[in-house]
Amino acid sequence: MEIPAIVGAGLIVIGAGLGIGRIGGSAMDAIARQPEASGKIQTAMLIAAALIEGIGFAALFAS
Amino acid sequence: MEKLINDFSYGLFFWQLVLFIGLIFVLKKYAWKPILNAVNEREEGIKNALAQAEQARKEMLNLTADNERILKEARNEREELLKEARSIRENMIETAKNEAQTEAHKLMEKAKESIETEKLAAIADLKKQVAVLSVDIAEKLMKDQLASKDAQVKLIDTMLKDVKLN
Amino acid sequence: MYKIQYYISIVFFLFSLTFYASSEHDSISMPKGENPHQEAKSLRDEIKEDIQHHLKDSHDWTFFHSKIDGSGFTIPLPVILIDNGLHVFMSSQFHHGESIVESNGNYYKLYHNKIYKTDAQGTLNLDEHHHPTNAKPWDFSITKSVVVIILAALLMLWMFSSLAKSYKKNNGIATGFGRFLEPLVLFVRDEIAIPNIGEKHYKRYLNYLLTIFFFVWLVNLLGLTPFGINVTGNIAVTFALAILTYLITTFTAKKDYWKHIFWMPGVPTLMKIILAPIELLGTIIKPFSLMIRLYANMTAGHVVLMSILALIFIFKSWVGGPLSFGLAFALSLLELLVAALQAYIFTMLSALYFGMAVEEHEHEHPHEEAHAEHH
Repeated sequence: MEIPAIVGAGLIVIGAGLGIGRIGGSAMDAIARQPEASGKIQTAMLIAAALIEGIGFAALFAS
Repeated sequence: MEKLINDFSYGLFFWQLVLFIGLIFVLKKYAWKPILNAVNEREEGIKNALAQAEQARKEMLNLTADNERILKEARNEREELLKEARSIRENMIETAKNEAQTEAHKLMEKAKESIETEKLAAIADLKKQVAVLSVDIAEKLMKDQLASKDAQVKLIDTMLKDVKLN
Repeated sequence: MYKIQYYISIVFFLFSLTFYASSEHDSISMPKGENPHQEAKSLRDEIKEDIQHHLKDSHDWTFFHSKIDGSGFTIPLPVILIDNGLHVFMSSQFHHGESIVESNGNYYKLYHNKIYKTDAQGTLNLDEHHHPTNAKPWDFSITKSVVVIILAALLMLWMFSSLAKSYKKNNGIATGFGRFLEPLVLFVRDEIAIPNIGEKHYKRYLNYLLTIFFFVWLVNLLGLTPFGINVTGNIAVTFALAILTYLITTFTAKKDYWKHIFWMPGVPTLMKIILAPIELLGTIIKPFSLMIRLYANMTAGHVVLMSILALIFIFKSWVGGPLSFGLAFALSLLELLVAALQAYIFTMLSALYFGMAVEEHEHEHPHEEAHAEHH
């Protein structure tokens, strides 16, 4: 029985979602701990999230 | 993925590329350069103005400090002058006192000396007068006692008696 | 960061009023039929087709169109084909794909937004996937997306040249709308360009970064207006933007950048050989992810928004309207954020790649020299 590609896509989305969720959560923690560094943390968070998102999209389109 | 490649529109890609590159250059000339220049100029202006204000503030501080210093110096000088005057006055009084004392002393000394001299002179004078007086008295006494011959011989006898030939 | 959040919130309110009305240009007609099952199926297909149609570029700009009586308002746009010579005609001649156009002895037919070369009868040879196998001419038409790109470019030119002029008029202080734009320009300079590229080199890239930030943002926002625009949801557009970032990175890169790709310092020789192809692939994956990210975000946003709007026609009761309105409103707010965020991320990552290209690893030079002496 062949597993359809859309299942793989779903798995990727779950993985990417978990990853971005973790980044967001950690960023919130970091901002709560050091509110004065929130600008830098936000930038780093966006970059990291964007990289994961990029992998997610690449895998989605490959499927 | 295949669908994406299939649907890829070369025309749209071409136009986007051409228009966007054109947009970069046009905006560079008519927007970004003047905007960034103006902003930079303003930022420089603000920086300069702030620096100038700081400079002025510092100068102001210096000026106040100077004023204070001068005032303090003046006050000190006055104090000094007063002190000096006071000491001069005291000195003067002291010297005057001293001088007066020595002068008085000298005067007293002189007075004493002259008193002494006068005294001596007086004593001498007195002695002289006493001598003259005694001689006078003696002369009178002699004249009285030795008026007779007998008295004269008697005296010579007594005297001769006293004189022992040794 | 706070600055941009503040402005985003302003834009939210400016645009939110127009959003819920962003019912698409092809108003979905209620099919008349007796059988409810058959009706639902055809309605779903119709919605799907409409969404697909909206996502694609087209050769004319339809503002609204009724499928019942065919009335509507459409602006025809010029078609430019290169096929053994130049063929220029207006797209109105296709009559929405119903007519065959003859130009300089060649026959063309519009089929699913694509122009195919055909014969006088307009025969199309379809393969098993219903894709025509007819030859396609080089299509350089001024399509809807091209028109929007031109409009966006003109709008930007107008906005920013007036900002530039306002400085001269008002002693170096922006006036009017420029007061809104100036902090954004400074945001790109101070928060994106300088931290990622560095004080020394950022000026060379600033023109590109400013243009791309405002272009992507503006086009994303235009995509949220009820005019049926979806420019950044075209892979060709995002590909053009990403390839520019790639070319600029590649051609302005310093020696250190290439050294780090082909001969990574500070790792064993075997690792250097393994790392080189990975790093080289990375240089292509980076702009590729830029392209896909922008495309996918905008496409996904449009698909979800249009699907929510289609709920009105699926529910067919009083529930559909308010539900669709509420969801579309909330999603539109989210899409506004996404519009700015994607522009920011595209610019930010471009700046990051430029920063990598010009970075000079001064602390590694002594190590490198020592290493070279050993060989």
